[in-house]
Amino acid sequence: MTAEVHVALRGVGKSFSRAESSDVVHALGPIDLELRKGEFFAVVGPSGCGKSTMLELIAGLTSATSGSVEFEGASIAGRIPDGVGVVFQEDACFPWMTIRDNIDFGLKRAKLDAVERRDRVDRAIAMMGLSGFAESYPAQLSGGMRQRVCIARTLVMKPRLILLDEPFGALDQQTRLLMGDELLKLWRLSGATVFLITHALDEAAMLADRIGVMSARPGRLLDVIETGWPKERDSRIVEDPRFGEITARLWRSLREESMKSMGAAGASS
Amino acid sequence: MTRAGLWRIALVTGFAGAIEVLCLTGTIDKITMQAPHRMLVDLAKMIASGSMNAAIAKTLTNAVLAFLPAIAVGILTAVALFPFKRVRNVLDPLFATYYAIPVFAFYPLLIVMLGLGDAPQILLGFMLAVVAVIINTLNGLDRVPRVLIKTARVNRMGPLATAFGVMLPSAAPYVLTGVKLAVAYSLIGIIGAEFIMSRGGMGYEISFAYNNFDNAIMYPLILLILVVSIGVNTLLGLWEKRLMLRKSGR
Amino acid sequence: MKAQTRNAAINTVLLLVLVTAAWQLLYWSFGDAALRSPAQTLAYTVKLFSGEMIWPHLRETMAAFAVALLLAAVIGLSIGFTLGYNRFAADVFEPMLVALYSIPKITLYPILLLMFGLGMPAKVAFGAIHGIIPIALFTMNAVRNVRVVLIKTGLVLNLGRGEMVRSILFPAALPEIFTGLRVGFSLTLIGTLLGEMFASQRGLGYLLMNAIGLHNIDLLMALTTILIVFAATASIVLLHYDRKIHARL
Repeated sequence: MTAEVHVALRGVGKSFSRAESSDVVHALGPIDLELRKGEFFAVVGPSGCGKSTMLELIAGLTSATSGSVEFEGASIAGRIPDGVGVVFQEDACFPWMTIRDNIDFGLKRAKLDAVERRDRVDRAIAMMGLSGFAESYPAQLSGGMRQRVCIARTLVMKPRLILLDEPFGALDQQTRLLMGDELLKLWRLSGATVFLITHALDEAAMLADRIGVMSARPGRLLDVIETGWPKERDSRIVEDPRFGEITARLWRSLREESMKSMGAAGASS
Repeated sequence: MTRAGLWRIALVTGFAGAIEVLCLTGTIDKITMQAPHRMLVDLAKMIASGSMNAAIAKTLTNAVLAFLPAIAVGILTAVALFPFKRVRNVLDPLFATYYAIPVFAFYPLLIVMLGLGDAPQILLGFMLAVVAVIINTLNGLDRVPRVLIKTARVNRMGPLATAFGVMLPSAAPYVLTGVKLAVAYSLIGIIGAEFIMSRGGMGYEISFAYNNFDNAIMYPLILLILVVSIGVNTLLGLWEKRLMLRKSGR
Repeated sequence: MKAQTRNAAINTVLLLVLVTAAWQLLYWSFGDAALRSPAQTLAYTVKLFSGEMIWPHLRETMAAFAVALLLAAVIGLSIGFTLGYNRFAADVFEPMLVALYSIPKITLYPILLLMFGLGMPAKVAFGAIHGIIPIALFTMNAVRNVRVVLIKTGLVLNLGRGEMVRSILFPAALPEIFTGLRVGFSLTLIGTLLGEMFASQRGLGYLLMNAIGLHNIDLLMALTTILIVFAATASIVLLHYDRKIHARL
């Protein structure tokens, strides 16, 4: 099956220069990767391997030191492209706005008419199980619900590419599984390409069509695993013996890399 | 020296230089301001001749006498108040209002109570300084991580040992912020009182010199006060920075 | 919310009772030579307000304070936002602001007098320089401490610089900015009054200084009470809103 290429990273690398000293830290790459239109792609890797940097490169929040990133055939050079939505790991709700205003934030800027906006926001609120909280403030909600608000805020913009940076990292395991189900449903409904960064192997194994495994810093793609799940799936596939095989394969590729980055972290602190 | 530090020095030098030029060209007249180099020369002469030594000694001694008790009393009061949420809620508006009130209005009352010597001035400086220490120490105690207090309890430390062995050290950077403000406020109290009614001290000499258009005494004295307060604060600031670094673990 | 308001009211009354009791005790211990009792002061204050003498001074002080506060807010916020945005400028100027914050500004009054002369501009300047620095420092830290993820959210939506300030940075920084304005309010007030005490021939500060010089204890106590009541009322209201804004976070 050869689908249309939606995002392409070609020889992408990123280095930082430290503020205090003149040493250059090679954080990422080079990476070559193509995301197919409409696929669910997950990235796992040891902490500090540059996963989040990769996401920021695709989002246009930072620019590559070498290589190029293309979205829908056009190059992204630190410019934020239209049609891309990002959900961050941290709580990105605006604490001074109600839930409704938070979700409406991007739409208001897009100058859609009021009826359309209201309709989209109402549907997102219902879909994300936030009914009854529209006029609440984020501080009155649980962490899981706040993250749903952020997802809803991204979805109402109808992005063609959704980037998620460990969106469930702060949630407990049960909530994560359920949020995973919702994410799969949203992905099927929206038809968008999803790029998910996670440190949880089971999350990647359950959600993604393909999983990229990254090395310790400077992060490179070690392996790309096809899960072969059907499009219609949910968290119950954890019972499937293939789920265990995929998770085990991920851990085999990652174990050594994780130990490397743990050693590095131990030495630096 | 960092790049920002160099810029800072350049800016300050440039500013002083600009004033110097404006004074020398007469754009700023002599009655308004002395040229900066004159201030320095006058200051050196004043210190060499010792003409103001008594005034300088009096003001700085009184400031120290106000400052040190303010720190001790301020910290102890904060530690004592900290557990009593209710009392603090009642006192909060008082703290919030305190620095908007001209505390100098109480100077005559203090003179009647303590006589027209140094005591009412010292008390005024103390009164101004102590509240800054209390407010900032309480602020710091509020931010002590819960887990540290729990650790102290697990180690079966008593309330006093917890306060002085765990909570105050953890709150130290905030206490230091209060101490820095206390330096300024004790000086404000002493010098302000000397402006209003006094038989000596730097404040008295400044206002005497002002009334006699004696810029050769007024500007050097003002400069000296600024140098002393900025100097003490910079030293405390360095200490504060070290504490903060230790706290953030970098 | 209701219970909170009631508690605040009870606390305020309690504080009022405590201060009045302490005052009365002080009066009993030191007598008429040093101070007046709360009742005497209240009576004199009423008399003062029913007379003509105080009104022009009150108006003068209020006008000076209003202008000084406006200046302090505008200049302080501008400096704060500029430094909050510009890391390098902040590195250069922050230590200077902190140093200026820490100097006993009261010693500068002769310089301001020589620059502005005796009158309105001198005391407005004195009030404003007391207020500018805390407002600038609080605003700078508030802008700097806006969580990066909120800014990134704005970037993803392609917000322009102006819109970023208006719809993300400002509201996110508002609680801390408000605290800065609250502190700035207090310090501008004291600055204006000190300016009037030392560099003016009108206004409540001038009256206060005069009362100190002439040992007019009635006037002294009444003026102090008026100023404290004004400052306390404003502080309590501002503190209330400060807490309300912070509670949302």
